[in-house]
Amino acid sequence: MPRILILFAHPRLEKSRINKAMIRQVPTHRDITFRDLYELYPDFNVDIAAEQALLAAHDIVVLHHPFYWYSMPPLLKQYIDLVYAFGWAYGPGGTALKGKAQFHVISTGGAEVAYTPDGFHGHTLKEFMLPLKRTATLCGMSWLPPYVVHGTNRVSDAELEQAARHYHDVLLALTDGRLGLQTLTGLDRLDMITIPTT
Amino acid sequence: MASFLADAVVYLGAAVVCVPVAKRLGLGSVLGYLLAGIVIGPFLLGFIGEEGKDIMHFAEFGVVMMLFLVGLELEPALFWKMRKQVLGLGSSQLVPTALVLAALALLLGFTWQGAVAAGLAFAMSSTAIALQSLKEKGLMHTSAGQGSFAVLLFQDIAVIPILALLPLLATTNVIAADGGHWIDTLPGWQRTLAVLVAVGAVVALGRYVVVPLLRVVARTRLRELFVASSLLLVVGIALMMETVGLSPALGTFLAGVVLANSEYKHELESDLDPFKGLLLGLFFMAVGASINFDLIAGAPGTIIGITLLVMLVKMVLLLLIGRRSGFGFDQNVLFAVGLGQVGEFAFVLLAFIAQLAILDAHWTDTLMAITALSMTLTPLFMLVSEKLILPRFGTVQAEERPADEVEVRHKVIIAGFGHFGSTLGRLLRANGVEATILDNDSDQVDLLRKLGFKVYYGDATRHDLLEAAGAHEAELLVCAIAPEAAPALVETVHKHFPHLKLHVRSRNRMDAYELMDQGVLHIHRETLDTAIHMGVSVLQDLGMRHYTAHRAGQNFRRYDEAALKELAAKRGDKVDYITSVREKIAEQEELLRKDLHHDPSHSDHAWDSEEMRDAAKGR
Repeated sequence: MPRILILFAHPRLEKSRINKAMIRQVPTHRDITFRDLYELYPDFNVDIAAEQALLAAHDIVVLHHPFYWYSMPPLLKQYIDLVYAFGWAYGPGGTALKGKAQFHVISTGGAEVAYTPDGFHGHTLKEFMLPLKRTATLCGMSWLPPYVVHGTNRVSDAELEQAARHYHDVLLALTDGRLGLQTLTGLDRLDMITIPTT
Repeated sequence: MASFLADAVVYLGAAVVCVPVAKRLGLGSVLGYLLAGIVIGPFLLGFIGEEGKDIMHFAEFGVVMMLFLVGLELEPALFWKMRKQVLGLGSSQLVPTALVLAALALLLGFTWQGAVAAGLAFAMSSTAIALQSLKEKGLMHTSAGQGSFAVLLFQDIAVIPILALLPLLATTNVIAADGGHWIDTLPGWQRTLAVLVAVGAVVALGRYVVVPLLRVVARTRLRELFVASSLLLVVGIALMMETVGLSPALGTFLAGVVLANSEYKHELESDLDPFKGLLLGLFFMAVGASINFDLIAGAPGTIIGITLLVMLVKMVLLLLIGRRSGFGFDQNVLFAVGLGQVGEFAFVLLAFIAQLAILDAHWTDTLMAITALSMTLTPLFMLVSEKLILPRFGTVQAEERPADEVEVRHKVIIAGFGHFGSTLGRLLRANGVEATILDNDSDQVDLLRKLGFKVYYGDATRHDLLEAAGAHEAELLVCAIAPEAAPALVETVHKHFPHLKLHVRSRNRMDAYELMDQGVLHIHRETLDTAIHMGVSVLQDLGMRHYTAHRAGQNFRRYDEAALKELAAKRGDKVDYITSVREKIAEQEELLRKDLHHDPSHSDHAWDSEEMRDAAKGR
């Protein structure tokens, strides 16, 4: 069964309703490892060797973060800069991540319609995420569609709990094989998915 | 007693008047001392007469000390590397020079024995003049400086066999029974053995006795005792060397090399340096005073002519050797002019030659006058070559050949190597920055040297010790000594080494104020970062998000530095600020009041979605 490594990065989790809710719903499971990067490395001094060992021991990498400036918070960028190293993750001999899968779990303040050609941002999320996609494929990882929670500034508490519960179910379904990776690659988003019961 | 004081006044007075004048005129201190000697000598003012010769013997000890100090700066490994240069350059100078000068002497009608003796005596150059001038101009590390040093060292060694050889040249058997050392009565092999034992003793003593002894002395923290030990060391070795018939200069040089690796190197240097300077000055004055102007006036053409001829021969030969060794033009001129005179060893050899009656008294007196004259002329020649020859011909080649570096001095000096300084030093070393380290706790120095650190013992607030540690060439000084002593160090650095960047550790904000008043830019309060780190750790342990606590610490640090500057400015208004307990409390109160208005988390609202939520709801 595939093992999941969640790399969570939020510099001010105390103030994030949606992410607090989602993290509470991350299942305690022997095949799911949760890393709270801002808690582990407040001084940004990422332990490269330890993180590489963890990555090597998992099959699916989940980068869970708010979508800041069409990208990720600085510590997660630092993490990728240091840990996805030349000669380890890419370049000559860099095959450690090859064959794994990676996807992002993203919360955005703006509503879904803002991420359309006619919307506030003028582009789709898929377009904005192109550099992130290339990061994964450069390392030989298959790119899965993102799990997106839009409009976090406006969702109600009930909607919040529902979204968090769905996140929990997706993670479990990925580990026990109910959601096969091949069936996911064609999708646009993971948050819309209906989870098979068996 | 009265006459001693009078003599002291004469010598010191002449030096104090003449040397600054000579330096101001760009003539260098050596010429200044020589001129002072001539002025107070029997032929001008007549303050000193024949006793000048005795003074010269006493003052020759300055040369001995100089060689000890030169040895201190040469680590054994470097000395070993120089051995080929010493043998090669040295022999190629001494043998041809002696032969050519002997041939000249034959032309003047000397017997062949007299010619060989005079040639050998005149082949010697002056260690005192050459090294002193090179050091004063900072040229010791250049190829000419190193070459000169190699030649002089070889001459030093050669004096011993020459002294043994001279009796063979004596036509009449006049060796005085009291003239020889006890060692001369021994058979040859025992004499050799005695010499070897003496050299071995210097090395063994230096390594296993002197350093532990100095450690004990250093622990008493009496500076004069350390000075006394330094003097005892040099005088003792000189005496031992004389006893076995070796050159004292050579023996102390060797001792210097042995001690070059020890932690007391810089302390020895700074303690002995003034003695060396004074004795050398005295020596140069004695040389000046001993010039027999009556003799010169009797036959000025002959004496001046011979002097110039001898110097010309020596310099031409030196130029040829220098060329073969690949010195650049300007280095070669320095090398030739620096060693072109007849040196102080000639006095010793000529005295012995006179005693053996190889030459008659008239000639030995004349040769001594020539020796003194050539020594006086050397600084003048140096001046001429420096001001007239080198600017015209030397500039083209000046850049071509990099100076041969023998001594690597570090760019960073760390003063104080306790727990604080050593942590800092380890960080620097881990990043490839080696530092010269000074500490005044002899036990600590001992321990750190065992761990492989290059630490030197001494009080870093003394400017001479800083100088010996290379403060002139260094770029940055880290002051990690006891915070009470830091202002004294800062003052010394500002006064003597204003080019040094300073990073100073202070204990608290009171220390920091004082350092700010002194104009120090980089002040590091030792309590600040630890306290903040601990505070952050406490906040995290109480459940605060780690990164939030970390940011709070970072922001608090910036705020506290700003508050320090603000309070320092206010404090500057008060005249005669007394750091009383009451004022400290008043300041703490003000700080705490300011803190109430400071929320370290407020500046991070970019990540705070609450504001955005409020804005979104308002829309």
